Amino acid sequence: MEKKWEEMTPDEKQEARFQKWLSPEGVKFASPEAEKLYKERATRIKDAIQMKKKPDRVPVLLIPSFFPAFYSGLTPRDVMYDYEKANNAWKKFYVDFQPDAHFGCVAPGPGRFFDILDYKLYKWPGHGVPNNITYQCNEGEYMKADEYEAFLQDPTHFFNTTVMPRIFGALEPFKQLPNVTTINEMYGTGIIFYPYGLPDVQTAFKALLEAGSEALKWLGYFMAFEKEMPALGFPSGQAGYTKAPYDILGDTLRGTRGIMADMYRQPEKLIEAMDKMTPFWIQKGIIESNMNSNPLIFLPLHKGADGFMSDEQYKKFYWPYLKKLLLGLIDAGVVPFLWAEGGSNSRLEVIQDLPKGKTVWLFDAVDMIKAKEILGDVACIAGNMPMDLLTIGTPQQVKDYAKKLIDNCGEGGGYIIANCAFFDDVKPENVRTMVEFTKEYGVYK
Amino acid sequence: MAQDLVNTLADLKEQEAIGIVKDRLSAGEDPLKILEDARKGMEIVGNRFASSEYFIPDLVYSGEILKAVSELVKPKLTKAAESKKLDKIVFGTVAGDIHDIGKDIVVFMLDVNGFEVHDLGVDIPAQKFVEKIKETDAPIVGLSGFLTLAFDSMKETVEAMKAAGLRDKVKVMIGGGQITEEVRKYTGADAYGKDAMAGVSLAKKWASAK
Repeated sequence: MEKKWEEMTPDEKQEARFQKWLSPEGVKFASPEAEKLYKERATRIKDAIQMKKKPDRVPVLLIPSFFPAFYSGLTPRDVMYDYEKANNAWKKFYVDFQPDAHFGCVAPGPGRFFDILDYKLYKWPGHGVPNNITYQCNEGEYMKADEYEAFLQDPTHFFNTTVMPRIFGALEPFKQLPNVTTINEMYGTGIIFYPYGLPDVQTAFKALLEAGSEALKWLGYFMAFEKEMPALGFPSGQAGYTKAPYDILGDTLRGTRGIMADMYRQPEKLIEAMDKMTPFWIQKGIIESNMNSNPLIFLPLHKGADGFMSDEQYKKFYWPYLKKLLLGLIDAGVVPFLWAEGGSNSRLEVIQDLPKGKTVWLFDAVDMIKAKEILGDVACIAGNMPMDLLTIGTPQQVKDYAKKLIDNCGEGGGYIIANCAFFDDVKPENVRTMVEFTKEYGVYK
Repeated sequence: MAQDLVNTLADLKEQEAIGIVKDRLSAGEDPLKILEDARKGMEIVGNRFASSEYFIPDLVYSGEILKAVSELVKPKLTKAAESKKLDKIVFGTVAGDIHDIGKDIVVFMLDVNGFEVHDLGVDIPAQKFVEKIKETDAPIVGLSGFLTLAFDSMKETVEAMKAAGLRDKVKVMIGGGQITEEVRKYTGADAYGKDAMAGVSLAKKWASAK
């Protein structure tokens, strides 16, 4: 008899998630060849991650930013607003370059949704930056230094009535929304709800409904893409994403400068807030893995990079909460696919404190020989194909670098070649060379 | 007491530093002297950053403390501070890119190392750099960019300097997350800096070479 989910060990859960991913339910493969490719690719990635046996060759992944748009002669603006064009461009990209997985048609996001809500947190193509430029974050303190108490007391209410009005211009009236956790007796309940009757609040809700419809429309395209790609032979490389607790607070709530000052001025509050957020973001990863029958949850790392904090700060503020989050996911059989943006040389010793075969670490700037040496027995490492080479280098330079990566990191498995950072307008021939060379040179004998 | 302010600021002891400033102000001391000590403290912060004893959060926090100190001192200032500065440097993040953390760190380090930095901000069109170079007569220019899309903006900015007849009069450094020697060649800049300290070394080298 099959074991019940709650009785399984983390290892068994991970294996069960991988098996579901290897034999995706409800996918009608376009051809026997597509099915064969799908299984080979998924198995290759699984073997590289689990480190139980050597894959047949080094897997090759391409994780683009707006490259598929440029490659199809479109601008980032086009694909943020025309969902069909986006789907077609992303499909063309994966079909033409044939990497071992696809990463969804998610980068663009629904442009009109952001327009409707007057999104303040980012500039995006045609909205603060030119049509041919990628979206970029407006750094700021969207949660103020003295708002930790309110945040800790009730994060949901804080998001509803403080964060949302700040990041969405159209939801500014939400400042007036009541805290519904005080609904209790019949007596008094009517009073709690009066803000929903205010004309400006009602206008805000109308915008929210319209934005929701737009998100749903976009999601239709998004899910169609998620269905079509496996049928064409591409397993999905990410079921969803989650984040490190320090980055959750630092990226879009306190801001880079704000959170850095908090480490000195109010360290206890910062730690308490990270603790508070961790279960939400573990749960998010598990739910998305369940929803999409895929063990891989993407996890971009930002503010723990080399230089962005001292070793002591990393060990005090960054790693313990990231580790807690990772272990929460690993316990549920989910595989965190971390992308360490920036430098990571000073972090390698710290992050090796993890169970074996449970994570992937995609590196941007790191000494890959050292990374293999330190993490080689613990985790699959990935990435490091430099942006300058892909953008302005020659195919020969890309080939030379790929060879070096495979020579240095490929031994025994546990390495996935991939771009070091999401890529925009790079040379297609360089991307092609990276994939084709790996398929030829990266075969394990 | 002068040394106390220099050291407490350098050691990032915010409350103590502010206490000292308040005491010195109420004792009627020349506010310019207080600011000069604060500057010395920041110089030590810069040195500690250069020797990897301090990291970015330490710079950011020292900036926060300096801001608090300046706010206390400024109302008492009767004349502007005079300081002898090294060369002028025009600095900014190039067109289409709004990233400022890296740029701000380099500007901070150049400033505490005595350069007069004209920070134009982010998303700066090539022509604005040209105008500022003309206006300030700065011999050094720093171009920052985080996105790979900034490679082209950097290139265009260097070309705009050439078109304006300024290229021989300025040394151009570039920097940012994905900047390498390959990118330097592509953009036509004179050098690239891997980090803030590399930027300071370049500026010092260029300043003394004149």
